[in-house]
Formats: sequence, C-alpha cells, structure tokens
Amino acid sequence: MSAILILEQVLNGIQFGVMLFLMAAGLTLIFGVMGLINLAHGSLYMVGAFAAAAVAGATGSFLLALIAALAAAALAGAVIEMVVIRRLYASAHLDQVLATFALILVFSEGTRWVFGSFPLFLDIPDVLAGPVTLPGGIEYPLYRLTLIAIGLAIAAGLWWLIERTRIGIQIRAGENDREMIAALGVDISRLYTLIFALGAALAGLAGALVGAIQSVQVGMGEPVLILAFVVIVIGGIGSIKGAFIGAILVGLTDTLGGVFLPPLFKLFMEPSAATQTGSALSSMLIYLLMSLVLIWRPTGLFGARA
Amino acid sequence: MISERYLNALVLLAFLAIPVWAILADEPFTITLATRAAILALAAVGLNIALGIGGLVSLGHAVFFGIGGYAMGILAFHAQTYTPLELGGLSLAGTKSMPVVWVVAMITSALAALGIGVLSLRTTGVYFIMITLAFGQMFFYFAISWSAYGGEDGLSIYVRNEFPGINTLVPIQFFGVCFVILCIALYLNARLAASPFGLALNASRQVPARVEAVGLNPTRIKLLAFVISGALTGLAGALFADLNRFVSPTMFSWQLSGELIVLVILGGVGRLMGPVVGAALFVVLEHWLGGLTEFWHIFLGAILLVIVLFARGGVVGLLTGKEGAHV
Repeated sequence: MSAILILEQVLNGIQFGVMLFLMAAGLTLIFGVMGLINLAHGSLYMVGAFAAAAVAGATGSFLLALIAALAAAALAGAVIEMVVIRRLYASAHLDQVLATFALILVFSEGTRWVFGSFPLFLDIPDVLAGPVTLPGGIEYPLYRLTLIAIGLAIAAGLWWLIERTRIGIQIRAGENDREMIAALGVDISRLYTLIFALGAALAGLAGALVGAIQSVQVGMGEPVLILAFVVIVIGGIGSIKGAFIGAILVGLTDTLGGVFLPPLFKLFMEPSAATQTGSALSSMLIYLLMSLVLIWRPTGLFGARA
Repeated sequence: MISERYLNALVLLAFLAIPVWAILADEPFTITLATRAAILALAAVGLNIALGIGGLVSLGHAVFFGIGGYAMGILAFHAQTYTPLELGGLSLAGTKSMPVVWVVAMITSALAALGIGVLSLRTTGVYFIMITLAFGQMFFYFAISWSAYGGEDGLSIYVRNEFPGINTLVPIQFFGVCFVILCIALYLNARLAASPFGLALNASRQVPARVEAVGLNPTRIKLLAFVISGALTGLAGALFADLNRFVSPTMFSWQLSGELIVLVILGGVGRLMGPVVGAALFVVLEHWLGGLTEFWHIFLGAILLVIVLFARGGVVGLLTGKEGAHV
C-alpha cells in the first residue's frame, strides 16, 4: 500500500469530516443555546440538496444553486422554528424527539410528493471538475479539495462569529443564562430563530455540496444526521471546537477503516472472510470509537463536566 | 370522561372482538392486521417499561426488536436448511419450535440490553438518546454486512414456526398466541409497576438523588428495567418475524425505533394500555391513510405534532381526562 494512497484516503477522510462538521455545528449550537435535540436537522440537509438540484437544473449555475440551498434551508429552518420548535424549548427531551421525528416524516414525504422517489443529480461545475496535482505528485479531485477549503473557511468564520462579534457574545451568554440576557434587553426569541436559521443554512449548504458527489434523494439526511450525533457526542454537546475535532476524527476513522481494515484482516484470515469481517467491523468502527470516548469521558471530549 | 380501568377493559375486549368479527365476516386480512397490532403493542409495552416508568428515552429499541427477529430467522433458517448452527465450537441444530425461539430471543436481546445499558446509562438526557440511536445504527450496519444470513436482502422463512397443539398457519390461531402473550406481558407490566421495584424505578426517574439517599442504586434499577424492556421487545421481534416469515436489517432501522416511541406516545406515556391503544391506532391509520394516499406519513407526522403540542397524555389521557404526569 503506497504512501500516495494513504494520503489520498486521509484527504477523503478530512473532506468527509468537514462536511460532517457543517451538520454537527448547527446541531451542537442549537443544543447548546436552546437545549433542543433536533432530529429534523437531516431534513434541512435534504432541503438544501433538493433546492440546489432544482435551481442548478433550471439555471445551470452552481453558484446560484448554492445560494438557493442556503436560502431555502435557512427559510425552512426559520419557519419550523417559529411554528413548531419554539413551543418545545421548555419541553422534555422526549417531546422534542417526537415532534422533530414528526417533522422528518412531513419533510421526507412532502419532498417525495413534490420531486418523486427517483434521485436527482447535481453536477460538479466545470471549473471545479477534474483532478489537480498536489505537491508530492498526488492527483486529487479539485472539487473535493474545494470542499475541504470551504469547510475550513466556515469553521474559521464560525469561530470568528462566536468569539469576536456582538451576536457571538449573545449566543455565548444565551448558553449560560437566558433569563439574564433577556433582562438585559436582548430579544431572545429573535436570537433563537436566528441561531436556528444559521444552523439550518449550514446543514443545507452541506447537503448541496455533498449532493454533487452523491445523489440527491429523499432520506439522504438521516444517515448523516446520525453521524453528526456521533460527532457531537464524541466532541461534547454544545462545544463548536468539540464538534470540529469530533467531525474530523469520525471522518478519518470511517474512511480509513473502510479502506484499511479488510486488507488488514487478510493478513491472518482467508480473503472472503476477511473482506466480510473487515467491512462489517469498519461500518461499526465509529460507534466503537464513540463507546470508548464515553467510557473515558461520559460528557465527550470538550463537554461541560457534569 | 371514563375511568382508566374501565377503558383498559374496553380496549382489550375490542381487541378480541375485531378478529372474531373478522372470522364471521370472512375477512382474514383484518386478522393479520390485528395480529400486527398485537405484536407492535407487545414491543411498545416493552419500551414503555423503560420509557414510561423509567424515563429512559431509548431511540434504539429496534436493536432488541431486530435481535428477536434474527433469533427466530437464524434458528428457523438452520432448521429449514438442515444445517447445524456453529457457535464457538458448539454445533447446535436449528429449531422450528416457537417456545424455544422465544426463549432464545428474550435471552439474546436481554444480553444486548445489558451491554448497551451498561454503556449508555453512564450518561443521561440527550446523550442517552443519541447513544442508543448510535447503537441501533451499529446493529443495523452489522446486519447489512452479515452476508451469511442474507445481508441486505434479509432471510425468508418458508413455513411459520410451530407451537404445540396449535396450527399457527391459521391466522386466528396465531393471533390467539400473540394476544395471550400480550395479555401476559400487560399483567406482568401492571404487577411490575406496583411492585417495590416499580416504585423504585418510578422514583429513579423523578429524583435519582433521593433514591440514592435511601440506599438504593438508581442506575442499577434503571439498568434492570432496560434489560426487562429489551427482552420484551425482543420477544415481539421474534413474533413479528414469524408473522411476516421474513427478517431483514430494516427491523434494526432507526425509523422503527422512532415508530416504537410514537406508539407509546400516541397511546399515552407510562400508562398500562397506552402502547396497546397506540399500536392499534397506528395500524388503523397506516391501513386507512395508506389506502387513501401513498404519502400517508405526512398525515401521521401532522397528527403526531398535534399530540405532542396539544395532547400531552396521548389518547388514553384524552379519554380519561387526565394529563400525563409522566416524563
């Protein structure tokens, strides 16, 4: 196994990781500030992908498609926040799980109603198609490299927003004491809608970006949602830094496990059994990682100590 | 408004009356629907012990449902192919006997619940929800890649398993078996809720610190409840597989875990008959709305939203006029 292949897979893992981060960042913000567990976050990812595919199909412009994804997901997020989610902040987690599960049903079937059951396709724009040669002679798809860049840029932007701006101060204050910042004159319900829409927009963007390398279909959001849950459980719920590190960790573990476990098992097993055991184990690997982290630290790597 | 005890009796009577009517009217499909409802109710009764009394919001109960299903599938598969089941040096014969399958299903799902419970109960609240969900996915992907037992395609069992003295291929007789098991589970659930263990479990949900203060270990109590809950849901999984004569990884899917919670909430959390009412209503909605439109899940979603936002006690709560004091 050559060094180039390993490096390529590491890049794939990072690319997967930063896309997971876009999902996990919204989830963890929403939980950290509003205390809400949002199963419908995967639906917003799907909304973004479908909006992008529809707009790209109509106009042929990838940039417009991305803008549409951001706008549609943010709008969908703001609407469900104002109509449904707002009533759930004070509720038990069980009610939140159930109501957001209901939202998934509505979104998934609604999308199937409008777009049909067949997957849509979103093409990579011509400018970003094809491979580039990285230092060291690695050929790597330019589009995936762009995804890594976008993901890192958004991580940096989010850090700046939360640590350096007025709205970031309000978000951090909202995590600690919502009554106090309401008393200081901050419009809490507008802040919540804003955070929810921001999280939704990030999920929608991830959906559109990933939609160009996979197919755009109903139910695409839920597997990613569950991975994003694993990410924030590992990183510690409410922590953006934790979400970032957790996302990269999960992305690398999943990608490298899938590539390297089957050959590893071939060293001491017969080939067919090795492939099977290797692939079975690699699909369970991130959950094993999560269990280990939880045994070590029940509130995640960067979670608040209970 | 009617009293809950009266309503409970009424529900069970209706559950029994519908298949009897179906025989007279010669509608065998209605009996199958009723059997499906009884089995889903059993799974939800299991979940209700952890969720309703213990307050453990498990979004991974499909694990136990799936394990029960695969216990039945694997045993029956080896019986129908006349191959031995190799288990770490042990060579066992498959079986088509329902009681044996049930015992195996309950033991294996109880063991899985023990393992998952020990890990998950280190955490609480939202972490617990996400971890049980993640364990569910782990089993789901494992089942998909386990090609020895069908992998993604699942396993078909050609003939329904046997129960001594009963012809399980006759729909009403199989319904009878499922209904009796459901009634036994409900009886045990009622006894459990009123027992010292049930009271301690109830208290562990409300104020764990006080339970600890009187010398009990709330985590251990919750763990035992989780194991009992898993075993019952596993039994339901075995019956469900027998009803369809088919097992597949979808029995492990997280949507199924979500639907099990839906059954409990629809009926009423922590109420004895909540899961039964919920399962019956779910099957009726599925059949009725599913007949009207292919997209019936939209309406199911809307009904759920209304129940969560406006009718906290579920259907049983609405009918008896009591808001759920639970969770």
